[in-house]
Amino acid sequence: MAVGDSRLERLFWGAGSALVVAYALIPVVWIVSLSLKRSADLGDNRFLPQVASLEHYAAVFDDPQFSAALWNSIGIAGISTFAAVVLGSFAAYAIVRLQFPGRRLILAAALSIAMFPPVSIIGPLFNMWRTLGLYDTWPGLIIPYMTFTLPLAIWTLSAFFREIPWDLDKAARVDGATPLQAFLRVIVPLAAPGVFTAAILVFMFAWNDFLFAISLTSTNDARTVPAAIAFFTGSSRFEQPTGSIAAASVVVTVPIIIVVLLFQRRIVAGLTSGAVKG
Amino acid sequence: MSRRTAAEHRLGWLLCAPAVIAMLLVTAWPMLYALWLSMFRYDLRFPAEREFIGFDNYLAVLGSEVWWQALSNTVFITVASVAVELVLGFVFALIMHHAIIGRRLVRTSLLVPYGIITVVAAMSWRFAFDPTTGFINALLGLEGAWLAERGSAFFVIIQTEVWKTTSFMALLLLAGLTLVPDDLLRAARVDGADAVQRFFRVTLPLMRSVIMVALLFRTLDAFRIFDTVFVQTRGSQNTESLSIVGYNALITRLNLGLGSAVSVLIFLCVLALAAIYIKGFGIDLSQRKEP
Repeated sequence: MAVGDSRLERLFWGAGSALVVAYALIPVVWIVSLSLKRSADLGDNRFLPQVASLEHYAAVFDDPQFSAALWNSIGIAGISTFAAVVLGSFAAYAIVRLQFPGRRLILAAALSIAMFPPVSIIGPLFNMWRTLGLYDTWPGLIIPYMTFTLPLAIWTLSAFFREIPWDLDKAARVDGATPLQAFLRVIVPLAAPGVFTAAILVFMFAWNDFLFAISLTSTNDARTVPAAIAFFTGSSRFEQPTGSIAAASVVVTVPIIIVVLLFQRRIVAGLTSGAVKG
Repeated sequence: MSRRTAAEHRLGWLLCAPAVIAMLLVTAWPMLYALWLSMFRYDLRFPAEREFIGFDNYLAVLGSEVWWQALSNTVFITVASVAVELVLGFVFALIMHHAIIGRRLVRTSLLVPYGIITVVAAMSWRFAFDPTTGFINALLGLEGAWLAERGSAFFVIIQTEVWKTTSFMALLLLAGLTLVPDDLLRAARVDGADAVQRFFRVTLPLMRSVIMVALLFRTLDAFRIFDTVFVQTRGSQNTESLSIVGYNALITRLNLGLGSAVSVLIFLCVLALAAIYIKGFGIDLSQRKEP
């Protein structure tokens, strides 16, 4: 509890909280409201729709471009997450549990990649992927996503793994468990929250990326949702498909909001691990 | 070295190898390749004209108005958005720290901007400020296309960045605030320090390293700004950021030589920024996160 709790102060912080919540949610409410407006009402300059209609959602799901992009996004982000978390777990386990020269070097290298500007390598990747046949394919995006999220995975997992009482598996062995049982029954449940946190953060990165997505893809074969939204075309060339963009935006935002609501503690712990612990 | 430690070293390297190799192959190797490409006249539309030209591409980039304009735009966006985020982030963190009712609600709502796709956030704000579809002009009683003029376009871009990323700043700062001992604040209060003095004399100095880490991450991130500018103006109204210039040269115009020179220069800028923070402000990242 903070210092001093007079009634006035409580009121002050309460009002402040309400303002923060409003500020954080207004653009989200706005895009939902826009997606529910009828086409004719899109230009009515109102914050809320006069009549709610699902026509834009119907249009978006009818659009093969969007369904393809949604599938690509789920598949590419999912596989990248799995790969980054598996490779990250190996590395983090070694860094936390084993003594070997180069541990610090690996952490430092991971950190410098976290600061690396992706725009600096899109040209070479574009050229290499064309030669290797990876341009506009799933692996063409999975490889950079996995790499750019490995630092995040390694740092988050090391921070969590450091807190695990690893000797518990010895205790289980003394009690008669086989090494495999000890690992599966004792270590895996202890490590799961960290792995899960890393997976959420990595998934959010891959789900969000735009630069690689528009540089390394060109068709529905591998184009992900952010790229599809930015390049949505209306029924005519000159019409801005505002309603479709809004509906598509809501569709891809809903899963993120659910994840945030369910796992907020883990996300916050993952974000602040390392940066604050000293 | 005993056999056991040798085996441990080997296992350690074996476990790290896949991650290290992936990171080297996808960052270090393309970076070197970019360095190599930047020495060539190499335009994919005229591949036959490929030839070695040394540093001419760099001279062309550094001699162009576009580069310097984009650099100053990027620096402006970075400084303005990070400065606002720091202040606003502190306000949000203090609110979460002090609020008794609704602290969880505030934290949950703040995670929404953090989690939302940047392209979606940029779209939402673009439509909100748009004179035809938007509600902001009606709300403020204004008319005018925000994204059609340079000053107001910058305002929309920066405010989108601030909305999207203040949460990250606020959550880091909140975690830092919990490290400030209450006893110290109580003692300062007893000694007659008012809220403002307590914040600037006690809280702030104790949080220095957390603030610096948050600033470092946010500065480097803001400097790479691409998505928001691409969605909101595509660089029109003279709002191009460095990443947009790099993307246009490489992917839109397929000029791999010139574009790679831009890429290398952006990389050097980021390196310089990181060096300024780490050496200049004495952030020791390796030590604070080491086991």
